[in-house]
Amino acid sequence: MSNAPVDNSRRRFLTIATSVVGGVGVAGAAVPFIASWNPSAKAKAAGADVEVDISKVEPGQLLRVEWRSKPVWIVRRTPELLAELGKHEDLLKDPASEEPQQPEFAKNQYRSLKEEYLVLVGICTHLGCSPQHLKDGAFEEQVEGVPDGFFCPCHGSKFDMAGRVFSGVPAPLNLVVPPYMYIDDNNILIGTQEGAA
Amino acid sequence: MWQNLLDWIEYRIPMMRVAKMHAMEYPAPKNMNFWYVFGFLATIVLVNQIVTGIWLTMSFEPSAERAFASVEYIMREVDYGYIIRYMHSTGASAFFIVVYLHMFRGMIYGSYQKPRELLWLFGMFIYLALMAEAFMGYVLPWGQMSYWGAQVIVSLFGAIPVIGEDLTVWIQGDYVISGATLNRFFALHVIALPLVIVILVFLHIVALHEVGSNNPDGVEVKRKKGSLKEEEKTKFKMHEYYTNKYDIIDDVVPFFPHIVLKDLVAFCVFLLAFCYVLFFKPEMGGYFLEAPNFEIANPLKTPAHIFPVWYFTPFYAILKAVPDKLFGVIAMFAAIIMLALLPWIDRGKVKSWRYRSGIHKYNLIVFAIVFIFLGYLGGTPQEPWKVTASQICTFLYFAFFGLLWLYSKNEKTKPLPERIG
Repeated sequence: MSNAPVDNSRRRFLTIATSVVGGVGVAGAAVPFIASWNPSAKAKAAGADVEVDISKVEPGQLLRVEWRSKPVWIVRRTPELLAELGKHEDLLKDPASEEPQQPEFAKNQYRSLKEEYLVLVGICTHLGCSPQHLKDGAFEEQVEGVPDGFFCPCHGSKFDMAGRVFSGVPAPLNLVVPPYMYIDDNNILIGTQEGAA
Repeated sequence: MWQNLLDWIEYRIPMMRVAKMHAMEYPAPKNMNFWYVFGFLATIVLVNQIVTGIWLTMSFEPSAERAFASVEYIMREVDYGYIIRYMHSTGASAFFIVVYLHMFRGMIYGSYQKPRELLWLFGMFIYLALMAEAFMGYVLPWGQMSYWGAQVIVSLFGAIPVIGEDLTVWIQGDYVISGATLNRFFALHVIALPLVIVILVFLHIVALHEVGSNNPDGVEVKRKKGSLKEEEKTKFKMHEYYTNKYDIIDDVVPFFPHIVLKDLVAFCVFLLAFCYVLFFKPEMGGYFLEAPNFEIANPLKTPAHIFPVWYFTPFYAILKAVPDKLFGVIAMFAAIIMLALLPWIDRGKVKSWRYRSGIHKYNLIVFAIVFIFLGYLGGTPQEPWKVTASQICTFLYFAFFGLLWLYSKNEKTKPLPERIG
């Protein structure tokens, strides 16, 4: 035992230094535990792009494909369907697609690259259910004067044939347009858009 | 010989001291009524969940490919597997029944009031952990309702601004609910959360025994040291830990055997009801196990109606009552936080509703009815009138706390008796 006087400032310095180093150690050790919850390499690979041949989709028909385990709809819209879109914009929450629910290229009335083909993630923006496609007047029951649209049976959200949400339903936003691009006239690639990495 | 063995142990670990302090010589108010059995029952159900849970993991396979089939295997091919699984699933609902009654007991007799605030908070943490535990457990069979229920609940986190999307992917471990999600929920359900719950229950009991049990009169049985005459003090031998600090009034009985025996009677009644459900109504008409969950999870097909299990439906109704997603989520969590804040919202000094104002009794009864009705609204298919009804009930739910805060400050209460009648 030495009888040297207690150097309090040195003790304080050592206490703080030890705590800081210990804290950094804890934070570092937490990284693998937190990061291991991220999608694994396998999950990321499964989330890769999907190529779809759209030449066989009949006018008015809806084609379902799977991308990142989510249903993606490809709808070939007839000129009549496209004409409908302008008629009920006063009933919509976000008719001009102001919310970032689509890539920049789809921020138009049709919410698509080419007017004819609508590409949407078929998951309701309310709580993740998959809405139903009601066509040829079947949608009139939900919104008077609008013959075609999407209706979510979970909580009653309604969307038009551009995936735009109607006012007064639980869903807050338009349906999501995934990033996609045309490889050629007959094939699209879902998951990547032109100009993006 | 026997005494020698006990002495040998006692010298090394305080076995008898703890048993005496927390059971044989723990002062329990003599007027505890049937409302006081639910804590005991909750403990029994917890043991049931742990034991049956361990047995279920012996045959369950936590993977998206095998989970559903392995549950079918448990139900059809493992000897008595169906009983063990139904004990577990019925136990989950029974847990919430006894916990809700236990909480309501605390509300009517003011058991959250000073000095039991921390005791109440530990209880609320148990309730939260229990909800997480039940939710993750419901995902494991990987049926349609498992999958889509998880989808709905996890997407709630997506409502958080800025980080919501990334947080959802992080929780799921994938871009959608997937096998990765199932596996991590399994780990949390069988290891992490049960540990948390057991530790919280331990702390809940430690906190209870420190402040002492409340009773239907809300009259404290522990009085200031030296304030009681000798003939007013309890004739039972209570542990020095309590008698050194307080004078204990002659209105208490030792927890063991007096209260334990009463609890065991309640346990028999409970067991009767539990076994009836277990053997004759294990699905409880779709309330304990929902019909779509007998179909394997399909990410591309949403069931016509998605409901959480009954014990979540009151909060689900609040979520749906608010037209905005983010505010709906906030309202839902606020509904639970309000309960946790009860000790500070209630500014009254009198605990039990027996001695409180008429408006308080009325307020409590309306709250209970509103809670049950919200449960109905959140658990049945959407209809236009139900939206309005949910909104009114959500308002009434929060009004309970607002009113309580207002009238409890200068509430007209009845005089408290000196002794428990």
